[in-house]
Amino acid sequence: MNHLIEAFEVLLDPDAWSGPGGFGARMIEHLWYTALALLISAAIALPVGLIVGHTGRWRALAVISSGMVRALPTLGVITLAALFVGIGLTAPMISFVVLAVPSILAGAYAGVESVSPATKDAAKAQGMSGWQVLLRVEIPLGLPLIIGGLRNATLQVVATATLAAYVGAGGLGRQLFLGLRTQDYPLMLAASIAVILLAIILDALFELSQRLLRRRMGLV
Amino acid sequence: MEWILNNLPRITDLTLAHLMLALPAVAASFLIAVPIAWAANRVRPLREVVVSGTGLLYAVPSLPLFIVLPILLGTGVRDTFNVIVALTIFGLALMVRSAADALDSVDAGVRLASTAVGYSPAMRFFSVELPLAGPALLAGLRVVSVSTISLVSVSAVLGVQSLGSLFTDGFERAIIPSIAAGIVLTAVLALLLDLLLVAVGRLIMPWARVGQS
Repeated sequence: MNHLIEAFEVLLDPDAWSGPGGFGARMIEHLWYTALALLISAAIALPVGLIVGHTGRWRALAVISSGMVRALPTLGVITLAALFVGIGLTAPMISFVVLAVPSILAGAYAGVESVSPATKDAAKAQGMSGWQVLLRVEIPLGLPLIIGGLRNATLQVVATATLAAYVGAGGLGRQLFLGLRTQDYPLMLAASIAVILLAIILDALFELSQRLLRRRMGLV
Repeated sequence: MEWILNNLPRITDLTLAHLMLALPAVAASFLIAVPIAWAANRVRPLREVVVSGTGLLYAVPSLPLFIVLPILLGTGVRDTFNVIVALTIFGLALMVRSAADALDSVDAGVRLASTAVGYSPAMRFFSVELPLAGPALLAGLRVVSVSTISLVSVSAVLGVQSLGSLFTDGFERAIIPSIAAGIVLTAVLALLLDLLLVAVGRLIMPWARVGQS
């Protein structure tokens, strides 16, 4: 328990938060990695997932890829990428994207697929084109599941971003590995608590947005 | 390939160490999740709280959990017990929801009928509800087993031996085959355990086409 008190002393110490290597800067780095990885992954996975859901083609491929990512050890992906492209942000970013794409893809096609065929037929009967059905019916109605995919991807990336420091990048993992190497358990603990809080806050924000969305759509 | 052949004894040891961490965690999360799910289904107002509450645990990143948990357990960060408990928590986060849904999917009419023919609650659970929920429970267990096997490796950065050690060794000494072997073996292990679960499912639930839930 003493360690826990010491860890909170670290977290409540303004000096630990300030400066280029402080908790504040590392947390912003962590968030920046997460945001960038999500942006890149969404740019790849959203269009593909929406098209898979809309056309129903390559569905098996999307299902398999999202199943496979669970079996993929994140540490293996990140260290392998680091050996190939070297120390820095590129290797972690590649692995974040590899790990985030399947979740977003799955959410996107599941969202589009979840719209009832009767609704889609009705939209077509109104004279909507394929694109209009996708943009005005399938995407808005599938939004809670599409956001669910982004939510899973965010969790995955926030967790994996902690490992980025292992291959020489920044983020809150820096403090964690510094504590590990110097046998400074309170510092490790403080960094771990910071990452856990960050993950839970982000997850709660997604939960909130999904709830608001469902309420606006009249589903609850 | 040569590197793998030269290091075969070590790889075998690491594979066994990996299983010694993953298998107890998978078993424990199943055995703990089913009673929790059953109780949550019985006390209806608590169901959503319990199911969402355990689900929230999944939001906790693995490496930080490996580090925070020893405070509660009184163990060291590198203790295998610590790693197994952390993995069990992640397993529970997935399994409680699928077990609650699986037990809930048992038809209410069937439940009433079994009570009517004289089953006690305990007998009803073991001989009616559990078998009927079996295929859905198995589907949840398969997800837990795959994700647990891949999660184990993160503990290697703390110095716990598993297939993850092939990643840390491989990275520190720049041996690509070591990392590649680790990834492939993790996937193979996940696949083998999955096939085993499906086979066991067919054996004990011959009435269900397993895997098509």
